[in-house]
Amino acid sequence: MAIQVTPTIVGADIETTRRDLRVRIRKSFAGGFTLDADFAASPGITMLFGASGAGKTTLLDCIAGLQRPDSGLIAGGDQVFFDSSTGADLPTPLRRVGYVFQTLALFPHLSAADNVAYGLVRKPPNERRRLVAEILERFRVSLTAPRRPSEISGGERQRVALARALVVAPSVLLLDEPLSALDAATKSHIMDDLRAWNEAASIPILYVTHSREEVFALGDRAIFLQQGKVLAEGTPHQVLAAPQQEAAAQLAGFENIFDANVVALHESQGTMTCQVGNSGFYLEVPLGRIHKADRVRLGIRAGDILLASKKPEGLSARNVLEGTIASLTRRDVTMVAEIDCGVRLIAHLTPGAQQSLGLTPGSKIWLVIKTYSCHLLRR
Amino acid sequence: MNLQALTLTIKLAVIVSAVLLLVGLPIAYWVTFSRLRWKFLVEAVVALPLVLPPTVLGYYLLVAFGSQSALGRAYQSLTGHTLAFTFEGLVIGSLLYSLPFAVQPIAASFAAVDPKLLAASQTLGAGGWKTFWRVILPLSRPGVVTGAVLSFAHTVGEFGVVLMIGGNIPGITRTISIDIYDQVQSANYAQAGQTALALLLFSFVVLSLVYGLNRRAWAAWPSK
Repeated sequence: MAIQVTPTIVGADIETTRRDLRVRIRKSFAGGFTLDADFAASPGITMLFGASGAGKTTLLDCIAGLQRPDSGLIAGGDQVFFDSSTGADLPTPLRRVGYVFQTLALFPHLSAADNVAYGLVRKPPNERRRLVAEILERFRVSLTAPRRPSEISGGERQRVALARALVVAPSVLLLDEPLSALDAATKSHIMDDLRAWNEAASIPILYVTHSREEVFALGDRAIFLQQGKVLAEGTPHQVLAAPQQEAAAQLAGFENIFDANVVALHESQGTMTCQVGNSGFYLEVPLGRIHKADRVRLGIRAGDILLASKKPEGLSARNVLEGTIASLTRRDVTMVAEIDCGVRLIAHLTPGAQQSLGLTPGSKIWLVIKTYSCHLLRR
Repeated sequence: MNLQALTLTIKLAVIVSAVLLLVGLPIAYWVTFSRLRWKFLVEAVVALPLVLPPTVLGYYLLVAFGSQSALGRAYQSLTGHTLAFTFEGLVIGSLLYSLPFAVQPIAASFAAVDPKLLAASQTLGAGGWKTFWRVILPLSRPGVVTGAVLSFAHTVGEFGVVLMIGGNIPGITRTISIDIYDQVQSANYAQAGQTALALLLFSFVVLSLVYGLNRRAWAAWPSK
């Protein structure tokens, strides 16, 4: 499976249904930053991924009406939120948008139940009570109902914030890194409950994150935003695993990025040989639409590099290289090894593996890199 | 002790702090949330009584109350008497004099409300008015109480403005601070001391009650 060129899908080209969120906006800021986003999000969870400063929160604020774009169109459900061509600009309270902020913004003076009931003032009291009880039950926080936000746990607060945003039946849900403070298990339980809820409601959910793990773990689709622009759109795998853009690559966790020259093409095998820089470090990588002597940029994840203390034999992997350990540092439960093999490479291993191989700085080591672990980032 | 002066003073302070609460809330709201470029001019005007000597404020009020001014003439044609040296005139003077003491703590507590809470309120369908009543005001309770207490206390203790525009008419404009000044002037030290002590105790009891009751308001904040 060679790397495929996935064309960036642009919102205007997609057939949209009435349930989709459609966004095509421009907004310029005094400092020179311009948000220029064009996409559509269908029902389900779309991860909005990008570094801080990429314009993710500005984008959400424009959808919610908390900031005003210079021009463009925003529509969700059967409402046009904003349309500069007709001058339409629906005020925030009238937009059917649920928004869970990074800080959650639960009202500190109200109980969890009153927080959830906040958006239901127009409903008769009986129905209001029923809706609040129902959604607290759905999100497993019925017991927190009489308590204030300061008196419940972090995970419960997230659940109450979700319930508050969803109880008013919005046609779009915006989540601004709401779960970033939670551990993985709590996070995935909450997302499971959100998914279950959305099976019936079936609305587009835009989930802002800068974490690659969250994009893979939580998203049905992903949009990659860089410097205010949509660079890639597709499945999390399309956007992140074989990134066409170097910026996406760095965010996607490529610890090793090299410039290399193509020295040989092996078309029948679907591979090519690249020389990294001017070193004696050669790698066999998947064939791209490329010519001999072209310069390419390669990305290799530190976790995709296998280490061996003796020269391994009988492997399918095409790249078996000799090197020396330059340094070893422990980061949480990962050992980060810097390896000198003509160029410097970063490899990750577990502390147990380090001990059983008896690795110390200066140790001779063999590196094993699968052809398909070498990602072509740029032609 | 001059009971008449004491009740007059309390009546004046209650009226003034009640009116200031009604007037101060919208002014504080406007000062906090307006994006107008000339906002700072209004802020400066509201804060003027803090720096001006009471005699300067009193002087301008006397001029405004007099028959030379449009306000003075209008009031006179309506009621048949001038505002100067009346209880109504004293109320108006005290309102202006104590305005910053009501507006500033209220505005400060409005500004301390997390803007994300206001955004959240909007996304939940609440407009400006509902957001004010359901989020801003409940979370600003300590500031609103402080504003009311400070304007009450400041009115009880004012002297210069009262002397300028109210004079010293028993039962109408002779407040307790004027009364104490009077007693000292006539070497009536024992009585002055008694009145002063009564004022001191009254103020202490009111402030303790308010701050004691107000302590609970902070429980509204999350313990982060």
